[in-house]
Amino acid sequence: MTISDTARGGAAMPPIAASQIDEHSIAELRELMSRYPEARSALIPMLHLVHSVDGYVSDTGVQVCAELLGITSAEVLEVATFYTMFKRRPAGKHHIAVCRSALCAVLGGDIIWDEIQKKLAIADGETTPNGMFSLEGMQCAAACDFAPVVSVDWEFMDNMSVQQVTMLLDMLDAGQQVYPTRGAMLTGFRAAHRVLAGFPDEFADAGASAGEASMRGVRTAAINGWTTSAAPLQPSVGSQQLGVLR
Amino acid sequence: MNATPLTPILSASWGAPYSWRLETYRGFGGYTGVLRALQLTPDQLIGVVQTSGLRDRDGARFLTSDKWSAALDSGTGVKYLVIDCAESEPNACKDVPLLLASPHLVIEGAIIAAYAIGAHQVFICIRGEALHAVRRVQQGVAEAYRAGYLGERALGVNYRIDITVHAGAGSYIRGEETALLNSLLGRAGRPSSQPPYPVSSGLYGEPTVVSNCETIAALPAIVSQGGEWYAQFGTANSRGTTVYSVSGHVQFPGQFEAPCGTTVRALLEFAGGIREGHKLKFFTAGGLSTPLFTEEQLDMPLPYGSATTAKAVPGGNALQFFDETTSVLRVTRRWMECYAAESCGKCSPCREGSWWLSQLLSGLAEGRGQEGDVERILDICDGISGRAFCPLADGFVGCVTGAIRQFRSEFEVGYRRAANELFPEEQSAVFAWNESVPTAKSGNGGFR
Repeated sequence: MTISDTARGGAAMPPIAASQIDEHSIAELRELMSRYPEARSALIPMLHLVHSVDGYVSDTGVQVCAELLGITSAEVLEVATFYTMFKRRPAGKHHIAVCRSALCAVLGGDIIWDEIQKKLAIADGETTPNGMFSLEGMQCAAACDFAPVVSVDWEFMDNMSVQQVTMLLDMLDAGQQVYPTRGAMLTGFRAAHRVLAGFPDEFADAGASAGEASMRGVRTAAINGWTTSAAPLQPSVGSQQLGVLR
Repeated sequence: MNATPLTPILSASWGAPYSWRLETYRGFGGYTGVLRALQLTPDQLIGVVQTSGLRDRDGARFLTSDKWSAALDSGTGVKYLVIDCAESEPNACKDVPLLLASPHLVIEGAIIAAYAIGAHQVFICIRGEALHAVRRVQQGVAEAYRAGYLGERALGVNYRIDITVHAGAGSYIRGEETALLNSLLGRAGRPSSQPPYPVSSGLYGEPTVVSNCETIAALPAIVSQGGEWYAQFGTANSRGTTVYSVSGHVQFPGQFEAPCGTTVRALLEFAGGIREGHKLKFFTAGGLSTPLFTEEQLDMPLPYGSATTAKAVPGGNALQFFDETTSVLRVTRRWMECYAAESCGKCSPCREGSWWLSQLLSGLAEGRGQEGDVERILDICDGISGRAFCPLADGFVGCVTGAIRQFRSEFEVGYRRAANELFPEEQSAVFAWNESVPTAKSGNGGFR
């Protein structure tokens, strides 16, 4: 831990633990490097892996990446600070990202954003003192048809309301199992970044196909008997599962 | 033949149980396109795509076959195919459902495209904020390797294809081709100067084709059914089908796959119209880099805005509708804040201009603007327009000046009153402000 790992002023932040990057992590970082024609291409996956080990881009993580890639710490930091998903201060066990783009904001996202800040007593970019939650406003979650949207550990919590978000945070705080609308049971910020780094977990089969809103066109077509003649992807199974558009 | 109003080709299998698994995909005829592709020469294959009239499903809308021909002509050396599923244009939300429900469409399409241009290494770049989509594609690629569709002698022919799944880490500008390639090089996602174009000198200096996720996903159907079949859908300047996203103050937001050239009015009808008791105020078509439209433009066909023009509405598949409860000033301010946050900082007109515009718009939205702020905003826009490297800056300039042109009085009210006084935010919200009982709505949102 060095001085720059210390949280900036503002809300009380959780203490920073020493880096947990060890020989095993370094072996995995090397494996990521081997997946690309040129090792440096692995830098973003490597930083995802550092997130999964330390819960943020720690100074140790920066140094290790720089040494492995034969570049300077400054070059690693340029990348770590350019991309919004990378955190330079420890994120919470669960990372809450509220979509603040115009559409979600207007459909209720702004109200939800205010309520979450009040409830957690932290502001944008901060982590609760007990290390449970970190919060950020994100620019478009790419789920406009499910607005307003909140993301937890990069999974979609669709069609949120103030009440649902309140319930969600209470459940997470109590350590209860929470399932996102279209994904697998939430396993936390660090586990999510391990998958993003390129080390898959076992949960790809969990959750829905594409979510209710995403299915509206398909269902409308089925109700009306609209099919693309000679379409290669005509259902040989499964069409009976299509419901009726509400 | 007249196509039906909705034409599920990409989305045909989305309703099936475990639609994302290889077995399900094969049940829908999956991986027959790639088998046919491998019986053709690359030139013949490009011919099929040329006949189909497929245009890249991104902002530039080049003919896909033109890009491929250029890559094929670049020689027999190392080449790369990079598939952009980053979908970070705000308002675009079609790639995530496609990747969640049918990752094998993209994987099969990737094999076809790689073979056509002579690439052996493919990178599928997915936005990191969509964890479950990353999972589904990772699993799909693993399934394809196990089935012998990838790797040495892919599909039993003497051709090696490898796919690497690459999860990004946020940032809007990655939608720009060279910025995406820079991020894949392990660098900050800023655009580079063109030429050289990626198709002659891209990733690691080698010829590289960057294709949008939906473009690639269209290939299996085109190759298995033929170019003529695909060309029957859509209009003369825009062939095939596309997945339209409809969101905002509509009854049923969602994804609707329809022929290119479908009008805004038809798409609004599929979504059940504006929410009950309200009326349309304005809409946007295609990310947020487009002007505001009103009722008068409802008959506009998308993605091109007209059935004949060659000029695309950039990314014109994503429709957002706003009703009369919405403050245009509030929306414009949010857009601007988004741009200010996502500007990569390379060009000062964009970096500084987006910040100053955000400040002025925030002041107006909060009712603490000063007389003349609207002129100041237009003046700043004038100073930015045409002076930045990539289209991001021109995007927000068009967005702000368009909004002011059509709804100037709403901006001027900001000299005295906050937007929220005229347009209370509770009225624009889609949940009941006083809703007291938490309801985990099954399927349609909520969580278990």
